Parts: sequence; structure tokens; C-alpha cells
Amino acid sequence: MPKSIQNLIWIAIGVFGAACLGGIAIHRGETINAFWFIAAAFGIYAVAYRLYAGWICTKVLMTDPSRATPALRINDGRDYVPTHRWITFGHHFAAIAGAGPLVGPTLAAQFGYLPGTLWLLTGAVIGGCVQDMVVLWASTRRDGRTLGQMARDEMGPVAGGAALVGTLMIMVLIVAVLGLVVVNAMKHSPWGTFTVAMTIPIAILVGIYMRNIRPGRVLEGSLIGLFLLLAATAGGGWVAHHPALGPMFDFDGTTLALLVIAYGFFAAIMPVWLLLAPRDYISTFIKIGAILLLAFAVIILRPELHMPALTQFTDGTGPVVAGGLYPFLFITIACGAVSGFHALISAGTTPKLIMSERDLRLVGYGSMAMESFVGMMALIAACVLDPGVFFAINSSAGIVGSTLEQATATISSWGFPVEAQHMMDLAKEMGETTLLARTGGAPSLAVGMAQIFAGAFGQSMLALWYHFAIMFEALFILTAVDAGTRVGRFMLQDLLGNIWKPLGNTSARLPSIICSAAFVASWGYFLYIGVIDPYGGINILWPLFGISNQMLAAIALAIVTTILVKKGQARYAWVTGLPMVFLAVTTSYAAWLKLFDADPRVGFLAGANTLEAKLQAGTLTGKALESAPHLIFNQRLDAGLTVFFIIVLWVVIIEMARISIRHLQGKPVPALTEVPYVNEATLPHPTGVGGH
Amino acid sequence: MMAGPASFLKTAWTVLREVSGDAAYENYLARHQERHPDQPALDREAFYLSELDRRWSGVNRCC
Repeated sequence: MPKSIQNLIWIAIGVFGAACLGGIAIHRGETINAFWFIAAAFGIYAVAYRLYAGWICTKVLMTDPSRATPALRINDGRDYVPTHRWITFGHHFAAIAGAGPLVGPTLAAQFGYLPGTLWLLTGAVIGGCVQDMVVLWASTRRDGRTLGQMARDEMGPVAGGAALVGTLMIMVLIVAVLGLVVVNAMKHSPWGTFTVAMTIPIAILVGIYMRNIRPGRVLEGSLIGLFLLLAATAGGGWVAHHPALGPMFDFDGTTLALLVIAYGFFAAIMPVWLLLAPRDYISTFIKIGAILLLAFAVIILRPELHMPALTQFTDGTGPVVAGGLYPFLFITIACGAVSGFHALISAGTTPKLIMSERDLRLVGYGSMAMESFVGMMALIAACVLDPGVFFAINSSAGIVGSTLEQATATISSWGFPVEAQHMMDLAKEMGETTLLARTGGAPSLAVGMAQIFAGAFGQSMLALWYHFAIMFEALFILTAVDAGTRVGRFMLQDLLGNIWKPLGNTSARLPSIICSAAFVASWGYFLYIGVIDPYGGINILWPLFGISNQMLAAIALAIVTTILVKKGQARYAWVTGLPMVFLAVTTSYAAWLKLFDADPRVGFLAGANTLEAKLQAGTLTGKALESAPHLIFNQRLDAGLTVFFIIVLWVVIIEMARISIRHLQGKPVPALTEVPYVNEATLPHPTGVGGH
Repeated sequence: MMAGPASFLKTAWTVLREVSGDAAYENYLARHQERHPDQPALDREAFYLSELDRRWSGVNRCC
């Protein structure tokens, strides 16, 4: 096909996508069909992938298919393995996508469907996809060095240290906030708790199968695990209604938090083959299956969205996450638009599989576009719910009141009518006692998915769909808890090893136990406080997590911007510099508000002071009185943590500016550590699909 | 020679085995025989354990 016709087709796709997006933006009917969102998303991703990512590869990164990648040069058959691009894509996508892109967009649905949609699309194509691809490129040209190593090599020890400590703190917050999501989904839900609890013995069984019975047959093992897990999901309904067994799995939030903390500790010190690895295998299969199901629900069934385009909560009074549209939309949706955490995967594991620099665009940019689409689907599933139902599930008791009548009356008074009877019926249909104040996004996504599926397969399966959705989100999350604790332990040992050598020995028993315990205690603290918080905890933890994740994204973008400048590409530095500046400014502004805003739901210090005033006035009673001192301390600690994140962020950005200016002035800077060019034609080529 | 659905299924199966790591041991053996035919290869269990150890020593899962 001639190039001009090809270009015309791409322009047509782009115009179509933009037209759909425009249609979404100006549409003001009662409902809007999911089709327009899918069409807009596909059009925009396709054009951005083809034109913008293509242009970045040729002009900015100057990718060169003749340049041998580390996988080809080193090719040790273990870490460095030249792999077919679609298989690398699969590995990379499975590594980056988890519960994050499902939770953030669901919470952001409180602003209406429009803000989330616009940010997911533009954030991904201009920010997130670019970050993932450019970091992947930089690491591929450095034999797969990690983000921290690249920061140290290219920018010096100050930026390197800042990136390392910042990453460790993010790990703590990620595990805590995801733990809170899963606790809120299991609270007083025997069915959910039973299913989630069963994932542990099932994973252990599969672990033994994969190691002792049929070593290394991971497909067989995963299939057995999958089957048992589905059986446990279905059996959970029977257990929940059983007079003796049901109450055994009925826990309040505090107990569940302690159970998750104890679980996290034991999972971290157990051998990987026994629990972590088999759980991850099953979780990855379920992940792909769940995303395909979600895609089926959204693309084939094309439900109507009932949420308005914009709600009044853009002014900052929202019950799900406090704070105005700017900056808090951009903090609430991190995964799916821009996620700094991806930089840790793009630098490290994936670069060692890249067979040709030609594949960087598909693996780096393409995987992130796909994750962004998962975020879009989650947003659609949340907006399919009646807004009244959405707010009833996602608003904490501290805001709407703790009884069904109070909650439904408050939400109806906002202009989102919902009846108490309807909420009771809905809970019953889902096999739950209540759906009120199940903050964290997982339950409302589960209800949304269950309703879409029920529309196609009949109402009788509602409860099963609901618990299937809860199960898969919990599965991703517990895998993240295990894996996060393990990585956090390694990072902590790495850091502490500099102070006292024996602590850095990762294969010794005692130091690993001490560091695992310390790491679990850190996230366990935030999880526990989140659970006893009457405002639901998500309101505090999710923005903190968002700030830390966007901070890491800005740091990653600063590192690659420095590399671009040092490579003599300063005129293109805006490609990564622009999203970096946007994220740095937005994150800093959000941090400022989280610190100093006078609204006690937004500002940490105002929140602590308000509670302290209540405590001194003696107006608190019962549980609120008991938890108040902890909550006051926690809000001040959160304020300190926010300051820490902002310092880390600006240290790296100032270093970036300093090094770039020095380089442009011709003064000495840390040398570019890119591995010299080797022509791939001079190396032996791998055979077979995987090339292992 | 079968074309169409059969070859598609075969490719899908190969991709599934590669992505999941099910084929890792066979790939390792083939490679080992090619490069170090004089040294003994790891058995299935030892290889599986060393692979897990390698994979789970760094960040390989995101949120």
C-alpha cells in the first residue's frame, strides 16, 4: 500500500477516535453507551501508537534494529534471553497490570465519567506509555540496569539514593493500600472471606504439585489451581449460608487486617515455591481471564452508563476521595494513566528479554496502552451502576451515616436517588448482608461486572459473578502483598547492609526474618490505621499512594530526560520533560493541599487538629474516643511522609536540571553509560518462538 | 498439511507454553546440550527451583 494511503487511513482512525471522544464530551443525555468509549479509546491508542510512538522511536530514541540488544549479546539462557516480541509483551503486560488500574478509575468515577476518561486517554498516550517505553529503551541500552542504578550512574549518588529510598516507601504504601482494599471487600462477608482464605491452601497444593509431583509443569498446576479456585468460589455460597461454618468466616475489619498482616509475614518468610510462585501462576491466568471477561462485558455487551458526565463533586466535596478535580483526579488515577511503578519493571526484568530495538514500541508503549484500556473498562463498569448505588457502596459511614436509612437519605439528598429497600435487595442478590460503605473500589466494580453479566446470562448468577470478581481482585492483591513484601525485604536489606553488613545477607535466615518483620510492620501499621478510621481509610491512603506513585513517575521521567539531554537530544527533551513537569507540579500541589488545606477531610494537619479539638472538648465516645489518639498521630505521620516524598521528588528534579545545564554549558557531568554499539549480524541468532 | 484452525491452535498452544514458562525446561535442555554438552544438566526440579529463585529476587510484579 502506498505510504500516502496508509497515512490517510491512520488519520481517518484518529479523526474517528477524536469524534467519539468529542461526542462523549458534549453528550448530555440520561445515559450513554459504552461503545463510544471503546471506539474513542481504540482510535486514540492506535494513532498515538502509530504516529507519536513511532516518531519518538525514530527521532528521539533513534532506535536501531541493527544494534544488538543485551539479550542477544549476553544470552546466558537465564536472565538474558532473546524472546519473541509478543511473548515479551505478554510477560511485561502480566507484570505491570494488577489491581491498580481497576481501583483508581472506579474511585475517580465520583467526578463523573468524563474526567476519568480524558485523563486515562491523554495521561497514557502522552505520559505513561512514553515513560514505560523510554525507560525500557534506556535500560535496554544499559544491559538491563535497574532504575536506581541508572539514577546513580547517570545523575550521581544524591539522585540515586533519593530514587532508592523513595521506591522503598512506595512499596510500603502500595501493600498497605491494596491490603485495605481487600479487607474492605471481605469485611463481614463470609462468602468472600472463605473464597479468599481458600486461595492459600490451593496455592500450597499447587506449589507442591509443581515442585514434587510434576516438577516445572506450570500449565497443569495452574489449571488444577484454577479449577479448585472456581469450585471454592461456588462453594463459598454454601459455606456462607451454613449455620456453623458461615460465622467462622465472618470477621470485622480489625481482625481481617491482623489476619492479612500475619499472612503477609508468613508468606514472606516461606519458600517461594510453596506459596508465592504458585499463587502468582494462578493469579496471572485469572488476571488474563478476568480482563477478557471484562472486555467481553464492555465490548460485546456494550452496557449503558448511568453516571453523569460531571458530578458536583468536582468542587472537592466528593465522598469517595476528598479534594477537587485538579489535582486529585490525577492522583486518584495513577495506574492506567501514568504509573511510576512501571519504571521498576521496564528497567530490570523486561529489557533482558528484548530481542530487537524494533520491539521497544510494542512492549513499552503497547503494554501500557493496554493497561490504560483495562482502566477504561473499570471506569465503564463503575459508571454502569446507578450513581446512587455507586455512592452507597463507596462512601464511608463517617460521611453518609452508618445506618441504611441515613446513608440512602444523604445520598438521595445529593441528587442521586437511591432507596434503602433497593440497597437491601441488591445486597441480598449479591449474596451479602450489606453493600454499604464497602470503600476501596473492589466491591463496586464487582457489582458493576455482575450486573453487566446478569444482563446477558440471567439474574440467577448475580451472587456468583459478584464473588468471582471479588475473588480475582483479592487474588491479584494478595499476590502483590506477597511479592511486594519480598521485594521490600530485599530493598531494606540492601539499604541496611550499608550500615551493618550482616543485615544485607539475603540468604541468611535471621536477617531475612528481621527485615521481613520490619517491612510487614511498616505496611501493617498503615493498613491497621486505615481500618479503624471511621472515614474508611481509603480517603487517606489512596491519595498518599497516588502521590508516591506519581512522584516515582516524575523521578523516572527526570532520569530519562537527563539521559536524553546528555545524548545530545536536548531539543526533544520535552517528550519526557513535559509529562515530568506536569506530574511534578500536580503532585506538589496535591501534597501542599494534603498538608495545609483547611478542610479536615483534605488536609492532614487540619484533620489532626479537628480531631484533637473534639478529643479535648470531650465530644467523642466509644470507639471514636478509643481510636482518636491513633488517628491524630497517623495524620501527622502522613503529613511528614508527604513532605518526605516532595523532598525526594525535588532533589531528583533539581539534580536533573543541574546536570542538564552543566552538560549544555560544556562542563563535566557523569558520563553516559550506554553500552557501545555491536552489530547484531555479527552474533549467533536464536531459533524457535521463545528462543530460550 | 493442516492449515487454518489447526495451525492457529498449534501457535496459540506454543505461545501459551512459552509465556507461562511451561516450556522453560525443554528450552533449557536444548540450549544446554548445544552449548555445554560435556557438563551435566540440572534435573527438572532443580531447574524449576533455580528459575523461581532468579525470578523472585527482584521487582517482577506491579500493582
